[in-house]
Amino acid sequence: MILSIQNVVKRYDKYTAVDHVSFDVPKGSVFGLLGPNGAGKTSLIRMITTITGPDEGQIFLDGEKLNANSPEHIGYMPEERGLYKKMKVGEHLLYLAQLKGLSEANARKEIAHWFEKFEIQDWASKKIEDLSKGMQQKIQFIATVIHKPKLLILDEPFTGLDPINTTLIKEEIAQLNQSGISIIFSTHRMEQVEEMCDHIVLINRGRNVLYGEVQSIKNEYKQNLYRVETQTDLPADFSSHFEIKNLEPKAATIQLADESQSNQVLQYLLQQGLRIVRFEEILPTFNEIFIRTVGETGVQ
Amino acid sequence: MSKLSLIVKREYLTRVRKRSFIIGTLLAPLGLLIYMLVIIGLTSYETGGKLEVAVLDEANMIKQLPDDKGIHYILSSGKSLDALKQEVKDGKINGILRVPPISSMQKKDHTVFYYADSKLAPEKSGAMERKISEKIRDFKIDSLHINRGSLEMLDTDVSIDPESISNVGEDESKYTAGVGLAIGGIMAFIMFFMVLMYGQMVMRSVMEEKTNRIVEVMMSSVRPFDLMLGKIIGAGAVGLTQVLAWVILSGAVTFLIPLLMNVDPAQMQSSMPQGPGAIDPEQAQGDALRIFSELSKQNWPLIVGSFIIFFLGGYFIYASMFAAIGSAMGDDMGEGQSLTLPVTIPIILAFYITAFVGVRNPDSGLMVFASLFPLFSPIVMPFRMAFNPPWWQVGLSLVLVVASAYFFVWLAGRIYRVGILLYGKKVTLKEIGKWMFYN
Repeated sequence: MILSIQNVVKRYDKYTAVDHVSFDVPKGSVFGLLGPNGAGKTSLIRMITTITGPDEGQIFLDGEKLNANSPEHIGYMPEERGLYKKMKVGEHLLYLAQLKGLSEANARKEIAHWFEKFEIQDWASKKIEDLSKGMQQKIQFIATVIHKPKLLILDEPFTGLDPINTTLIKEEIAQLNQSGISIIFSTHRMEQVEEMCDHIVLINRGRNVLYGEVQSIKNEYKQNLYRVETQTDLPADFSSHFEIKNLEPKAATIQLADESQSNQVLQYLLQQGLRIVRFEEILPTFNEIFIRTVGETGVQ
Repeated sequence: MSKLSLIVKREYLTRVRKRSFIIGTLLAPLGLLIYMLVIIGLTSYETGGKLEVAVLDEANMIKQLPDDKGIHYILSSGKSLDALKQEVKDGKINGILRVPPISSMQKKDHTVFYYADSKLAPEKSGAMERKISEKIRDFKIDSLHINRGSLEMLDTDVSIDPESISNVGEDESKYTAGVGLAIGGIMAFIMFFMVLMYGQMVMRSVMEEKTNRIVEVMMSSVRPFDLMLGKIIGAGAVGLTQVLAWVILSGAVTFLIPLLMNVDPAQMQSSMPQGPGAIDPEQAQGDALRIFSELSKQNWPLIVGSFIIFFLGGYFIYASMFAAIGSAMGDDMGEGQSLTLPVTIPIILAFYITAFVGVRNPDSGLMVFASLFPLFSPIVMPFRMAFNPPWWQVGLSLVLVVASAYFFVWLAGRIYRVGILLYGKKVTLKEIGKWMFYN
C-alpha cells in the first residue's frame, strides 16, 4: 500500500468535513478519488499532502506515518492552478524543485530533461504571465512531478487543456505510472475514470460510500444488460422472448434475469439464422454508478 | 539550503530586481542631486550683464563703491543729473542713484533717488539700500569722530552652556537639544516610513499569493509559518537595502556636488537673497563646527545598535500583523480595508506622539509610557534616546520589543495558516480571532 487512510476525521468548527473515512491505495495503481462537490475530497487531499492534519485517525505513506519529510515523496497538483506570474519559468521550476528537497544541480538536470521531453527549451526565460493557459498547465505539471515522488495527486488535471495537450498529459501520466509511481486522480469526469483508473473510492458527505477495483464495482452494479446487433432485421417476435430495453430493426438492448442466460440468447439468434454483428454485456458506466450511489446516499 | 532560506532568497531577489525598486531607490538621491543643481544654477545665474548705475554723490561721502550683487557703480559726481538722464536714454547706463546730502547726524532715515525707466528688481534695490546705509554709517562714524575700535568692542557674542547637575562629566552645549531632535526625528521618521511601507508590501504579497492560488502548491511543500516568516524577512531585507542605498547615495551626492560644480559654499550662501534675519556667514560657520562636534560626541555604537534592534522588533511586529491581515483578505481589497486599521493606527499614533509631544517634552509621562509600550516604542524610544533617557528604561523597552516580536510573529502564524486557504467567507475580526485557536 502506498497510502493507508485509517478512520480519518476532520472537523471545521461544528461541521464535519471528513467522517471516519478509511481506504487503501495499492502501490502502482491509478486510483480515482471521486465524489460530488463539497463531499470532502479536498479536505482529504489536504490531509494527505500534510497541508492540514486530521483531528482523528491516521494516514500512512508507504508504511510510514505522515511527517515533515512526507512532502518530498508527494507531488500535488491542485485543481486551482497557481504560479507566481512575474517569475521566469526556469527560475520558478528551480525554486519549487528545491523546496521539494532537490539540490540545485539535480533540479537543473531534471528541468532540462523535462524541457527536452516537452520540447519547450525556449520557455526558460519567459515569464509565467506571458504563457497561455495550456502552457502554464504544462509547467505546473512539470513542477508537480519533477522531484520523482512516490505518490502523485492530481486534482482535475485536464481542465482547460485542449485535446492535444490532454493526450500529452495522459501519456505522461501513463508513463509515470508504468515506472512505478502511484497516482491518485480526483475528478468529476467519469469517462476519464473509466479510461484511466483501476481502483476508486467514492466519497459523499464526508463518508466512504463506494470503494474497490473498477472492474469488480462495475460487475457489482451490472444489471445484466446486453446489446445485440444483427446484419439483417431481427425477427418480429423477438420482444416476446426477452425483456427489451430498447428495440431497433437491427439491434436491441435486452435485460436478462441473470448472466447465465447470455448463452441462451446466442443460441436463439443462431437458431434464427441471424448473422450476429455484435453481442456484448453492457456494464454500467461510472456516470451511472456515481448518480445511483450519490442519489441513494443523498447530496449535500 | 533550508526551506526558509530558499524562501527568503526568492522574496528578496524578486523585489530587489524589480524596476520599481531600482527606480525608487535611485530616485531620492537623484532628486536631491537635481534639487541642489537647480539651486546652484539659479543662484549663480547672472542676468546678462551687470546693472550700470551712475552714482551722484551729493552728500560727498562716498570715496569708493565696488561692484556688488550684479551692480556696477560708476561714481559720476562731476556730471549733471540731466546729462546722466540723457546717458540713460542713450543706453550707456541703466540708472542713476542720487544720494542727497545728510542733513543731520541724528536723522535715522534717509531717502535716496533712483532714476530709470526700467523697473528695479527688489534684490537690487535692497542691495543698493544696504550699501548706502553702510556708507552713511561710515560717514557718521568719521564725522562724529567715533573711535572704530571702541565701536567694535560693543558687540559681545553670548552662547549658553547647559550643565547637568546629577550626571557630572557630561558636557552639553546648546546644540545638544537641537542635534538630539534632529537625530531622533530622523530615526523616528525612518522607522515609521519603513514599517508602514514594507509591512504593507508583505500584506500585498500575501494577498497576491492567495489570489493566484500558488499558495496551495506552496503549502504542499513548506509549512505556512515558514512561508510567512520567509516573506517577512525577505521584505525586511529589501527595506534595509533601500535605506542603506539612500544613505550612501545621498551622502555621496552632498559631498560630490561642491566638487563637481566648483562651488564655494560661502559664495552660495551670499548669493542667496538676504532677507531680515539672514545668517551671518561667519557665525554660521562657527555654529556648524559646534554642531559637528556635538554630533561626534554622540554615543554612536549605542544609538545605531539600539536603533537596529528597535527597527527589527518593530518591523517584525507590524509586518507579521500585516501578513495575518493579508491572509484574511485575499482578493477583496475594498472590504478588507477596515481590517488594516487596527494595524496602521498604532504606528501613526506613535509617530504623532513623537512629533507633537516628544518634540516639546521628551521626558513627559506620556513619552515614557510610549517608549515602553511595544507597539509604540520602536518609533518613540529611538527618538528619546537622543535625549539620554535612564538606561533601565531603554533596557526594559528593548526586552519588551523583542518579546513582543516573538509573540506577534507566532500569533500571526496561527492566523496566516488558516487564512490563506480559506476562500469566499466574509472575514471579520471576530472570525480571525477564532482562527487563532484552530488546530
